[in-house]
Amino acid sequence: MAFRLSPLARRRWAAFRANRRGWVSLWLFVALFVLSLGAEFLANDRPIFIWYAEKAYWPVFQDYPETEFGGFFPTTAVYTDPEVQALIEEQGWMLWPPVRFRFDTLNKNLSSPPPTPPSATNLLGTDDHGRDILARCIYGFRISVLFGLTLTLISSVIGVAAGAVQGYYGGVLDLCFQRFLEVWSGLPVLFLLIILANIVTPNFWWLLGIMLLFSWMSLVDLVRAEFLRGRNLEYVRAAKALGRTDAAIMRIHILPNAMVSTITYLPFILVGGITTLTSLDFLGFGLPPGSPSLGELLAQGKNNPNAPWIGLAGFCVLGGTLALLVFMGEAARDAFDPRRQR
Amino acid sequence: MIMSTALVSIRNVVKHFDISGGLLEQLRFSGGRPTLKRTVVHALNDVSLDVQQGETLAVVGESGCGKSTLARAVVCLHQLSSGEIHYRDQRIDHLPPARLLPFRTKLQMIFQDPYASLNPRMTVQRILEEPLRLHHRAMTPAQIAERVAAVMEQVGVRASWARQYPHEFSGGQRQRISIARALIVDPECIVADEPISALDVSIQAQILNLMMDLQESRALTYLFISHDLNVVRRIATRVAVMYLGSLCELATARQLFESPRHPYTQALLSAIPALGRGRRGRIRLSGELSTPIDLPRGCVFHPRCPHAYEPCRVDTPAPQTLDTGTVVACHAVRDGRI
Repeated sequence: MAFRLSPLARRRWAAFRANRRGWVSLWLFVALFVLSLGAEFLANDRPIFIWYAEKAYWPVFQDYPETEFGGFFPTTAVYTDPEVQALIEEQGWMLWPPVRFRFDTLNKNLSSPPPTPPSATNLLGTDDHGRDILARCIYGFRISVLFGLTLTLISSVIGVAAGAVQGYYGGVLDLCFQRFLEVWSGLPVLFLLIILANIVTPNFWWLLGIMLLFSWMSLVDLVRAEFLRGRNLEYVRAAKALGRTDAAIMRIHILPNAMVSTITYLPFILVGGITTLTSLDFLGFGLPPGSPSLGELLAQGKNNPNAPWIGLAGFCVLGGTLALLVFMGEAARDAFDPRRQR
Repeated sequence: MIMSTALVSIRNVVKHFDISGGLLEQLRFSGGRPTLKRTVVHALNDVSLDVQQGETLAVVGESGCGKSTLARAVVCLHQLSSGEIHYRDQRIDHLPPARLLPFRTKLQMIFQDPYASLNPRMTVQRILEEPLRLHHRAMTPAQIAERVAAVMEQVGVRASWARQYPHEFSGGQRQRISIARALIVDPECIVADEPISALDVSIQAQILNLMMDLQESRALTYLFISHDLNVVRRIATRVAVMYLGSLCELATARQLFESPRHPYTQALLSAIPALGRGRRGRIRLSGELSTPIDLPRGCVFHPRCPHAYEPCRVDTPAPQTLDTGTVVACHAVRDGRI
């Protein structure tokens, strides 16, 4: 069956586009996110491509021993080493990414002890370990957004399913579940996250799991309300009289209507996910040490008041990301608001 | 109980709705002690009806008398509190959903509000395809499309409009689509829950005529829920009159309209507006309609009945068949007082 937008969906899309701030934010965010997905090609301590002795090398994808380029050591070539560079330049050439540092590359040729202020080599300066801040921002943005998106996706799937079951069946199930939600949402989330993050050694997936424990609740109420309303609609009764199973009725007849209000919430859940990850990182309970993270950058900024460029860079990236998401969310919310449509 | 050739047989059906809400709302203080009190709506109290093959059995009564509950109970949308629904002498009300499926194609329902009974996010095509995809899984897409087009033509909606959404249609056309959805699985019996009361008067006649034509061409049986007595007089073979969840009278349309026996039927019929009669001859009922939460003892109609006497306040009258074939549940009729 051909995909056809209903007139209402088309009107909402037009309303979303008419909000220029939201529209521009959407594209800017998508562009930045797609760019950051290829962060290895933007900021790396290896060349993207090497042409050496009539042969092509892709160091980003594959490790080559130094001996490959006529060097002495059988270990992986260190391309930042001037001697390795000279060896390669002798019989070929290299294509470097715009930023010649990875998030964990230590710049050993600093003119002064780190952190160093912005310069031609380190455009945003270096942090207190001598790592390039621009590279860390690019990788940090990627991991934050990926984390937020995964969290949003999984928690909305869980939240929608829970809300759907709760609202559709109602009665005692609804009553018990609602009480459980009230207790669960009353827990002090950040403290629990900190405690849980202390029990295990947190990595990306652990943090995701721990945060999921709480973030799935944000959609439940909304979806539950939609299903409570939806289950008594006459076309739902008609589907029941037809012999549709409960699962099919929920999926085909009620869910599409419930999704409309859900979609407007997604950008805000994303914002919440990114902020929580950043705060955990800031407090030192987040991603493992050495990972590129905006929270860790902010913590460094706090610890190094004499190097304002660290904090400023972290702040600008985080603030910019959140602002873009909030603008998108606002535009989506207004586009779906029936009262705004004449 | 007569083992009859009835197509659908409703036997001693009772349906209660518990509306007492949460624990705190149930809490009452009586005589200084806290007690839990459940609030129950008695929507249907021991209703028995047989729908014969090929007839139009109309169920009439005022708002809240349980007509719609009865309709939904027949198509197994409600779990019954007690009683049985039989289809061709097979009990269906207790079947699990999967075993009920074959009966779903035989017993379909048309809903009251055509603005609410069609999913606004589906095209007419998808709305009509859904029953086929569910019940006739072997059908090819071409067969499905053909069947949809045929049924649309039959109910008087152009097949070329199948790609439209329900909101692009008028109320009458929507009700035609709603009828088409019921017809598409080729049912034997259609339960119509006030199918025309949400429509303009000018459209009502069209839909009624459509339903009567379809009955003739497809040998359908209707259980027709209505509160419009003029409509009932026009299409019904037999009429059942309900009051507060109980059956008062069941008779052929002709007998019911010419010589109503139950006091409530008499009052109801005298309320039909007619030209030139004025207000003379109308039976005015006094008192309020009792709520189905606190049903009166005895006959549910006795607080408003002009003929009520002692037994009415004590015993619930059992339906009894008169020699005319009319079934009446009334002490006064039984004792020959009316």
